[in-house]
Amino acid sequence: MNDQGDHMTDQKPFVDIQHAQKSYGALEVLKDINLQVQKGQIVAIIGPSGSGKSTLLRAINDLDPLTGGEIWLEDKQINKNLPHRQYEKHINLVRQEIGMVFQHFNLFPHLTVRGNVTLAPKMLKGLSDADANKLAEEQLDKVGMLERIDYYPSQLSGGQKQRVAIARALAMNPKVMLFDEATSALDPELVEEVNLVMKKLAEEHMTMIIVTHEMSFAESVCDRVLFMDQGVVVEEGPPEVMFRNPKNDRTKEFLRKHLAGQHR
Amino acid sequence: MGLDFTVIPQYLDIILWGALWTILITLGAAAVSFIGGMILAVIALYAPKLVRLPFRAFAFLFMGTPLLLQLFLIYFGLVQVGIDVPAVMAGIIGLGLHFAVYNSELFQTGILAVDKGQIEAARTLGLGRMQALRKVVVPQAIRDVIPPVGNNMIALLKDSALVSVIGVSELTLSAQRAIGSTYRPFEFYVLVAVIYYIINLFMEAAQRRVERRVQASR
Amino acid sequence: MQKVFPFFLEAAWITVLLSVLTTILGLILGAVGASARLSRFALIRFLGAAYVSVFRGTPALIQLFILYFGGPQIGIQLDAFQAGVIGLGINAGAYMTETMRGAIIAIDKGQIEAARTVGLSRFQTMRYVVLPQAMRLMIRPLGVNINAMIKATALVAAISVVELTYTAQRFIGSTYKPFEMFLIAGILYMIIIYITGQAVSWLDRKARIS
Repeated sequence: MNDQGDHMTDQKPFVDIQHAQKSYGALEVLKDINLQVQKGQIVAIIGPSGSGKSTLLRAINDLDPLTGGEIWLEDKQINKNLPHRQYEKHINLVRQEIGMVFQHFNLFPHLTVRGNVTLAPKMLKGLSDADANKLAEEQLDKVGMLERIDYYPSQLSGGQKQRVAIARALAMNPKVMLFDEATSALDPELVEEVNLVMKKLAEEHMTMIIVTHEMSFAESVCDRVLFMDQGVVVEEGPPEVMFRNPKNDRTKEFLRKHLAGQHR
Repeated sequence: MGLDFTVIPQYLDIILWGALWTILITLGAAAVSFIGGMILAVIALYAPKLVRLPFRAFAFLFMGTPLLLQLFLIYFGLVQVGIDVPAVMAGIIGLGLHFAVYNSELFQTGILAVDKGQIEAARTLGLGRMQALRKVVVPQAIRDVIPPVGNNMIALLKDSALVSVIGVSELTLSAQRAIGSTYRPFEFYVLVAVIYYIINLFMEAAQRRVERRVQASR
Repeated sequence: MQKVFPFFLEAAWITVLLSVLTTILGLILGAVGASARLSRFALIRFLGAAYVSVFRGTPALIQLFILYFGGPQIGIQLDAFQAGVIGLGINAGAYMTETMRGAIIAIDKGQIEAARTVGLSRFQTMRYVVLPQAMRLMIRPLGVNINAMIKATALVAAISVVELTYTAQRFIGSTYKPFEMFLIAGILYMIIIYITGQAVSWLDRKARIS
């Protein structure tokens, strides 16, 4: 929490998670998590499977609602306590401001690449066909998928699918992007093309929260790294420290095992 | 008595008009069954219990009883409550509702089979529940259930013969009219069977084509 | 209202009788049809396929009319009940042919090869290896056929057999209570279908255990 002090004085956190708690019955998967992300910051969350890192990410988008605590995006509370109908309206608006990229892409198979990217802008922002097309072309160009605009998802490789999924999220002009193990379902040789797109976003100062297993990628693009285990943030800090010189034994153990695994 | 097919040409225009009506009724009822089936499926899966229950009872009753009985209910029932609709309308509604119940079962399976990640992806873009359902889930569900729904529509064609019983002048009743004046039931019913068979073949061919096209966009 | 019940019960009995007889005829024709469709001889295969295609491709009502009204012209004299059983039975047989054939061809080819390599003849392979397995597979889908067929027995109302639907129609005409009459007939149909369904499930469970 070393850099929190400086920021607190001049600006409020962009994404602010306070005392996040989540349990399924007796099983507590998130225990009092606090995380503040500044605008333009890129945060990686690492940790073993079952540590709660994906649950936390999905909670930001309210896919897995918290059972306690608050999540704020700028001056809006995401998990507000509202009557069902109003809450639905509220969350649909909030979600338009949060882009999410999934491990398994979740492209819509019945729509072309163009259809995937234009669906939400047309439906929710009322864009005309022409405007939506222009937007799709821009975003697809950015991820290098413009020539595949009229393909169906089934005609694309995994890396291409994920790039389209990123373009689909970007088309809503989100304030923050969430990546849930975006490259872990990809064949090794396809990982790099997706990483490149994410690096490009980082250069544009997109606020990003990335759940990942790619330690070297996390080290090269992230401002901060959180290590989670068993529902708590065990340690956090800048990547140089986290990867070169972690203090906590569990972090060391995890990194040692993980890096050994990666080099095999 | 023997057979004499030479009586047919004289009545061919009546019969062909009847065939046209059969096709129109089949199309109309198919549309009702499709839209109705989708609405029923969405209600069965997503509506609150209080709404779901009467619809469940309706589906239960319509799946457990013969179509002919349902046609009598709708035709005479509508008259009873003071709604005087032409027999054609009663026939289309009856056939349409009957097959809507069967289609609804298929749509429900189709909707449930769509990957959960699809809904999540749509919701994270900001689409509401109904929007996600309409734009993302239902189109995929429809694609998956085209073959069995197609079979239902072919069954619907054949069951459309039943509306003759409530006085709809389609193919079967047209034949009965011709028989009334010629006393040649065998000849005309065989003719009508051939016409149904031909329409049936066309529908099967259309179904195969649609299936192939759907396969291609997968 | 009470006065109509005895008529409905008697009509229900006719529906049961029709259903039982039609099922028996359908199963026999289905077995014959399925054997024909799987025959070694192309002509017999073709005849089997034609039977299925024609009787599934045209309305059962028309088939019934040809038999009952057209029959006398070609020397077939049947009363309405007989025509109903035979007409519906032939129709059901076409559907059951496809069900039985489907179950038989679903049996793994390896089963047949294994039986043939130990020296069983074609017939023996069918009789002792394929059919016992296929029987188990076909019980449920045949149950679906029978369920549809019970509802199809209503068609004989159109040739004036006094079964459930005919009776309901008659009382709708005389009492002007369409919904009540529909409900009485409907419940009786559902009882028949429910009992049949239970019987099929029981058979299916029994076949699975053995």
